[in-house]
Amino acid sequence: MSLLQAIFVDPFVMIAEVPLFFVEVLIGGLMAGVMYSLVALGFVLIFKASGVFNFAQGAMVLFAALFFAGLIDDVGLSPWLAFLLTVAVMVALAFAIERVVLRPLVNQAPIILFMATIGITFFLDGFGQTIWGSGVRTLDLGIPQDPWIVGDIYINQFDLFAAVTCGALVAVLALFFQLTPTGRALRAVADDHQAAMSVGIPLKVIWTIVWSVAGVVALVAGIMWGTKLGVQPSIALIALKALPVLILGGFTSVPGAIVGGLIIGAGEKIAEVFWGDAFGGAIEDWFAYMLALVFLLFRPQGLFGERIIERV
Amino acid sequence: MLYRETGQFKTSYGADHAILPIRQDRIGLAVILAIAFVAVPLVASDYWLSTIMLPFLVFSLAALGLNILTGYAGQLSLGTGGFMACGAFAAFKLSTSFPELNIVIVFALSGLITAGVGTLFGLPSLRIKGFYLAVATLAAQFFLVWLFNKLPWFTNYSPSGVITAPPRAVFGDVFVTGSAATAEAKYLFALTVVSLLALAAKNMTRCKIGRSWMAIRDMDIAAEIIGIRPLTAKLSAFAISSFYIGIAGAMWAFIYTSSVEALAFQIDRSFQILFMIIIGGLGSILGSFLGAGFIVLLPIFLSNAPALFGLHLPTDLITHLEFMIFGALIVFFLIVEPHGLARLWQIGKEKLRRWPFPY
Repeated sequence: MSLLQAIFVDPFVMIAEVPLFFVEVLIGGLMAGVMYSLVALGFVLIFKASGVFNFAQGAMVLFAALFFAGLIDDVGLSPWLAFLLTVAVMVALAFAIERVVLRPLVNQAPIILFMATIGITFFLDGFGQTIWGSGVRTLDLGIPQDPWIVGDIYINQFDLFAAVTCGALVAVLALFFQLTPTGRALRAVADDHQAAMSVGIPLKVIWTIVWSVAGVVALVAGIMWGTKLGVQPSIALIALKALPVLILGGFTSVPGAIVGGLIIGAGEKIAEVFWGDAFGGAIEDWFAYMLALVFLLFRPQGLFGERIIERV
Repeated sequence: MLYRETGQFKTSYGADHAILPIRQDRIGLAVILAIAFVAVPLVASDYWLSTIMLPFLVFSLAALGLNILTGYAGQLSLGTGGFMACGAFAAFKLSTSFPELNIVIVFALSGLITAGVGTLFGLPSLRIKGFYLAVATLAAQFFLVWLFNKLPWFTNYSPSGVITAPPRAVFGDVFVTGSAATAEAKYLFALTVVSLLALAAKNMTRCKIGRSWMAIRDMDIAAEIIGIRPLTAKLSAFAISSFYIGIAGAMWAFIYTSSVEALAFQIDRSFQILFMIIIGGLGSILGSFLGAGFIVLLPIFLSNAPALFGLHLPTDLITHLEFMIFGALIVFFLIVEPHGLARLWQIGKEKLRRWPFPY
């Protein structure tokens, strides 16, 4: 009885009593969701263009963040120079992955490619830490961290900054995809590999570009997460949180990644704050997955995913 | 020359349907079993038995379970760790609540409980496929580990959240769990369980149920059209796979480590076992064993290799290098032989049969 009350009555009473607190939690959750979206975005880009479920996206986030922080801390470069150098590193990484991993595995089953990206995950984890060490680095780029008060609601300025960055990134990506010839080629490959090849689009080049773009997205995500939590090996684990985001939004949809991220971020925070006590706390660990699971039962292709059509 | 079936005539349907139709294979397996049951306990030290052979056996069983689900029935699962935890905690609760229950029955019951949980989490597979299903099984992984970590009832209100295996005997005073158990007894018990379950799995994959799994894996719509019920095929795959994985989890907690906490069964464990079946070979019983052996031995080899060559590197550097080499090897293996070690073994056997002729 008391459990039922804790689930069905108390949280709503709490929300009704202090609606402003609810709004604050909601905004905090949405902002955290933006950070998940940043990681999910990298997944979607690669899945769309090459059909590879890139588990290494989280490791790429860590790898990029380690390089960025390492270049600033240990080498003493300015942030801009470090950013450019890290982008170069991520592009080189994309080349290497395309040449060493993807090309020999062309035409293999999706699960084999998935396993290969797990191999890449291990490799990048080890490689980044071999070069830059495994200590926690703080990343301070002068982004303001103190809260901002609008009316009676506290908003974390950094979260807002992250949201704006994410929005800008998506806008740039959208323009790139819609307006440039390369973007058009990318969309063609995403639609149909063989048709794209038959009209003369070089698949290898496209894959390198896609992995490079995903690398840059990983860098941006790495900088954001690094500033928020410090650059440390555990930020590779946020990739796991990006998975329910993908499910919710659909594997093939960029807007889906954003909306999915917002829903997961907000849902998870609200569940933890208002329903967490009923279950004994820390339900953040699995709530997102359960939400995704229940959601999938009703819409197997996600919110914006391409309709799954079965052909015999 | 040695490996050739010339002159071995089959005179009955039974002989034709044998698991190992070739005499050399039968002799080979008998030799391997003799070595495993007699020579290894006599020769190997306690250290070898408890740090290499026991994890190898436990992982083999878990890999076998996942292989039934992923390799035979084609349902990708990342919840193996969670199901292992379920088996471990079920066995703990059963053996502490009913101390007079024989350990074999405890293991079987904990396997059945895990099978129930697995079927429950397998229900979405009727609607979701491929990677969507993989992520859905992550829900099982995170939820189960959280549950065993959070609810003190499962650990009998132990303050540290660690469960310790109570001493239990198979028969008489042959203890296989707890501090009184010798490494040999544990090893032989684990080996017997794994051998019997492997035999059962081999036979299951050869009969109706295994064939319906493979039909679902190869093309589920076509399988439905020829009269296979996806509901029974998929859910039975989930149930039987979870049964194996649950027993593997119980053996992990009771026989291999003796005391364990829920955090030992995190997502890394799921990936580790997935690696085993990919490296060993999807849809192959032998592959589960080869993959488990490979993944258990590789880290041991990697962490000892620098010392063998007289190099003394700082430990954290060794850990990072291990990660790199491990990752690179996985990719290398997938490129060289995407069908795993079992396929290499198959190719080797084909070559042997024709030797010395090229074809």
